[in-house]
Amino acid sequence: MSARIGVVTFPGSLDEADAARAVTIAGGEAVSLWHGDDDVKNVDAVLLPGGFSYGDYLRCGAIARFAPVMDTIIDAAHRGMPVFGICNGFQILCETHLLPGALTRNDHLHFVCRDQKLRIENTASAWTRDFTPGQEIVIPLKNGEGGYVADEDTLDRLEGDGRVIARYLDVNPNGSRRDIAGITNERGNVVGLMPHPEHAVESLTGPSTDGLIFFASALSSLMAGAGQ
Amino acid sequence: MARVIVDVMLKAEILDPQGRAVQGALGRLGLSGVTDVRQGKQFIIELEGDLDDARRATLEELAGELLSNPVIENYTMTVVVDDEAGA
Repeated sequence: MSARIGVVTFPGSLDEADAARAVTIAGGEAVSLWHGDDDVKNVDAVLLPGGFSYGDYLRCGAIARFAPVMDTIIDAAHRGMPVFGICNGFQILCETHLLPGALTRNDHLHFVCRDQKLRIENTASAWTRDFTPGQEIVIPLKNGEGGYVADEDTLDRLEGDGRVIARYLDVNPNGSRRDIAGITNERGNVVGLMPHPEHAVESLTGPSTDGLIFFASALSSLMAGAGQ
Repeated sequence: MARVIVDVMLKAEILDPQGRAVQGALGRLGLSGVTDVRQGKQFIIELEGDLDDARRATLEELAGELLSNPVIENYTMTVVVDDEAGA
């Protein structure tokens, strides 16, 4: 039986269909979850997709963080369930404080949309274990508030503990501190990433199929967990 | 009734690109000597009834949890009207 990966829709989510499609192509079963429902339908992992939940009002992700479904997801994340936040999902994970730091307005103030080169620096997390250390990938990036910030101590700790999962290569597109594109929590089950791997799972539409490896990683880490 | 004002500002060490853009515009529009601009948010909260300690504590909590993100922002809370005595 394939693993069940929940994809949450908030008011203003945009990328839940692509995220569900990526899960399916990777070999998992995508399960739609609703922001207003605290039931996560016995899924094995959760994806928080990109978009503009609640119109980005107040701060990106600030209102979504208090949605009923998030209470259940936060509890499950603390118990070790794999959770992956992409773009707006990353912003939500920072607002919940499941991940440290915050995402702020791009330093150049422009919305950016480009195929972005990244280096994968952590291959131990639930969502990156199928990459090879140092692997370079290209996936789409599209954000207006993608500048990762945290205080110097937090940045030092993230780097010291190997919790930077991906860094921007060639161009820092949004002013993120230390070129950070994605991070994980101490346990490695919660991952946030600003670029969009779900848009790079088919050669017809994506700049690569590198994005698929994130979803395949989750399936293999769930498989490994079930085998223990 | 009571009126509470919560001001939220980015912490000093957080880059404020919007403030910087406004700073540039002020200079272009003829204001000389602008050394810095920081942009923030203001919430004006109207409450019915008096602002008792319990509601004040709840407001403080929500100012730090919802209205601002303590990772990047500071807030100040000011009670501007408190007609508890029924003026």
